[in-house]
Amino acid sequence: MSKKFLSGNEAFAEGIRLARPQVISAYPITPQTIVVERLSEMVEDGSLSAEYVHVESEHSALSCAIGASAAGARAFTATSSQGLLYMAECLYYAAGGRFPIVMMNADRSTALPWNIYGDQRDSLSQLDSGWIQSYAENAQEALDLALMSYKIAEDKRVQTPYMANLDGFVLTHTYETVDIPARGQADKFLPPYETDNRIDFDSPKNMAFSAGPDTNYIFKYKEHKGILAAAEVITETEKEFAEIFGRHYTGLTENYRTEDAEYIIVTLGSIAGLCRETADKLRENGVKAGVVRIRYMRPFPNKEIADVLRNVKAYAVLEKDISFGNEGTVFTNVNSALKKAGVDVKGYNFIGGLGGRNISAGDIENIYTSIAKGTESVNFIGIGGEDNGK
Amino acid sequence: MANKVADSISREEYFYGHKACAGCGGSLAVRAALKVLGQNAVSVLPAGCMSAVGFNFPQLCFSNNSIISTFAGTASMLTGVEAGLRARGYKDFTAVGFAGDGGTADIGIQALSGAIDRNDNIIYICYDNEAYMNTGIQKSGLTPFGAKTTTTPAGANIHGNIRPKKNMFEIAAAHDIPYAATASVGYIYDFIQKVQKASQIQGTKYIHVIAPCPTGWGVAPDATVDIAKEVVDCGLWYLAEYENGTFKLNHKPKEFTDVTAYLKKQGRFKHLTDDDIQIITASRDKKWEFIDKNFEL
Amino acid sequence: MRPYIREEKDFSFSEVPENTSFEAGYLTTVNSGWRSIRPVISAAKCVGCEQCYLYCPDGVISIKDGKAVIDYDFCKGCGICAKICKIQAIEMEAECK
Repeated sequence: MSKKFLSGNEAFAEGIRLARPQVISAYPITPQTIVVERLSEMVEDGSLSAEYVHVESEHSALSCAIGASAAGARAFTATSSQGLLYMAECLYYAAGGRFPIVMMNADRSTALPWNIYGDQRDSLSQLDSGWIQSYAENAQEALDLALMSYKIAEDKRVQTPYMANLDGFVLTHTYETVDIPARGQADKFLPPYETDNRIDFDSPKNMAFSAGPDTNYIFKYKEHKGILAAAEVITETEKEFAEIFGRHYTGLTENYRTEDAEYIIVTLGSIAGLCRETADKLRENGVKAGVVRIRYMRPFPNKEIADVLRNVKAYAVLEKDISFGNEGTVFTNVNSALKKAGVDVKGYNFIGGLGGRNISAGDIENIYTSIAKGTESVNFIGIGGEDNGK
Repeated sequence: MANKVADSISREEYFYGHKACAGCGGSLAVRAALKVLGQNAVSVLPAGCMSAVGFNFPQLCFSNNSIISTFAGTASMLTGVEAGLRARGYKDFTAVGFAGDGGTADIGIQALSGAIDRNDNIIYICYDNEAYMNTGIQKSGLTPFGAKTTTTPAGANIHGNIRPKKNMFEIAAAHDIPYAATASVGYIYDFIQKVQKASQIQGTKYIHVIAPCPTGWGVAPDATVDIAKEVVDCGLWYLAEYENGTFKLNHKPKEFTDVTAYLKKQGRFKHLTDDDIQIITASRDKKWEFIDKNFEL
Repeated sequence: MRPYIREEKDFSFSEVPENTSFEAGYLTTVNSGWRSIRPVISAAKCVGCEQCYLYCPDGVISIKDGKAVIDYDFCKGCGICAKICKIQAIEMEAECK
């Protein structure tokens, strides 16, 4: 175990090193590039024993990872934004093929206009693809998720690829002191990848085939059940992680001062820290404010969301994306969870941070104030008056 | 009577029971190549005829390991399969890809170029039926000049496809690939020997085999092998290799057979005028001037 | 071993695999119904040169005791074998019911 001052990207790379991937396919894109750079250095100095493949595009990066996973190897790649969308075909392919690949995605805005800064539009647009999706808040969590990701993805009950999302720049490029687990402990936590879903010379397979109308839906149902099963596996994995490494995580969501909260902000990723600080400040002024950080968007924490929002006066979903023509995707998911559970409380959507725009403490305080008063369903932070997000 | 070539390849059938059209040249190419490469071949096939006819759960027609890749991703999945098997400690296997002309020269060219650039230890075989046949005969980058396809109809104004075939063999060679070759299912011994040779070489190997599609070319199902031979005999296709920086011609016809006869017996060329055929013959002659100057014999 | 026909079975929920990978060479249907003509090899004339065996796109011809034989379950009747045989030992006949 050692302590180092690392950026989110670097911390994630350390976690991947401990996970011992066997094939890494690398293609650069801001703000993920540092991950593949660090991994190449680790391969060079021998501390990571992996086949490092310089692919010529992101589509090939994931396609290569699928091939490696089909060979029974533990595979890793990383991307962001345009790259994630370029490989979108392969996302569905990997998930349908039940290949437990881990991919780091640096959350970044998608063109047009071109923008390299962080928002969550890229990964949230791919929620339907069948990948488990986690959203880290800080570098330590990023490192820990890198190590946990394979254990969750490769579990026989799950067999689903895992997308680990880190907010572009605000997490990928900010520094904090992280605890790097010891190699021996990591190996104890994460054994080598074993599966039947692979090329086998003793009992050959035909893989990634077609299935017509009479069986296709059964494959899809099983795929759906697999990713749903991840919820339980996540809880088990975090328990084992705590036992070995001493750090505790709270499953699909992380609740802050929500037990008696009247006003809750639901959000993703690194902005949660500022939300908690703001909630603390409001609490001092007698406002019962709370924060829910969704850690996993897939499988979606339907039960946890319904339970935590059941008794509030109002909630806000603060997210860095918009599904054009409707509302933010996280808002849609949250509302559906409440509806399914028969929870009828007022909710509001706050879209901020697009293209890397700053979200201030003042903005967050305004959110709490607005939902207490009542406001539009969908609000774009920073665009006020008549144009405010109808 | 012993047939040495038949004895030099496996007696097993690794591609069997598939739903390809009767007389399919592509299936002959895949079948022959897998008999050369044997039980421990691992094949990757993109969307296209061969995967569409061979992998319809539960009718699975490859008796050794085989996997479908995305349309654009044959070469990159091959790279991953090879790297993954090696990472797991396997040594005795051959990673081979079978992609059509569309999956090679158009949508797959980027990944192919990347694989050759990395010199991954794979064999990439393009079975060229000269159009997107699986989707019903549309023009691809390897559709020859004048061919009628559903997206290049032969009308009064435009007589079918107006662009020549991309030269994928020379494109592969321009990467300074360890080994590249052209072949035809009409000269199956030559194709078999080239696959055998490729399997002994380290690095990326590219083999481009003409594999006629009776359905798309407009010939009878029993004409496949003959027309695959004739395209070589009339000089519109050549059998050659690229190795160690040198182009080598394997077969020089003493005299070319009649181009018009080759073209007119195919439904896709029936509309060609004498002027069109003149263009085709002239471009053949120009190509052979280049071959005579630059290829060793 | 070549792919072969398995016992007929309905792929119900529990039999559909968990992932998209399954036993190689698993066949459930034959191709014989495609034919309107079928190749017939004259054992007397056949010299076992193996040309038809090499050129069959479906791989249904094999050599037994020096003679070519056809697996009619999977022959599609394309006629390439009849055309390629240099000594006309193969004739295409109408597919009998």
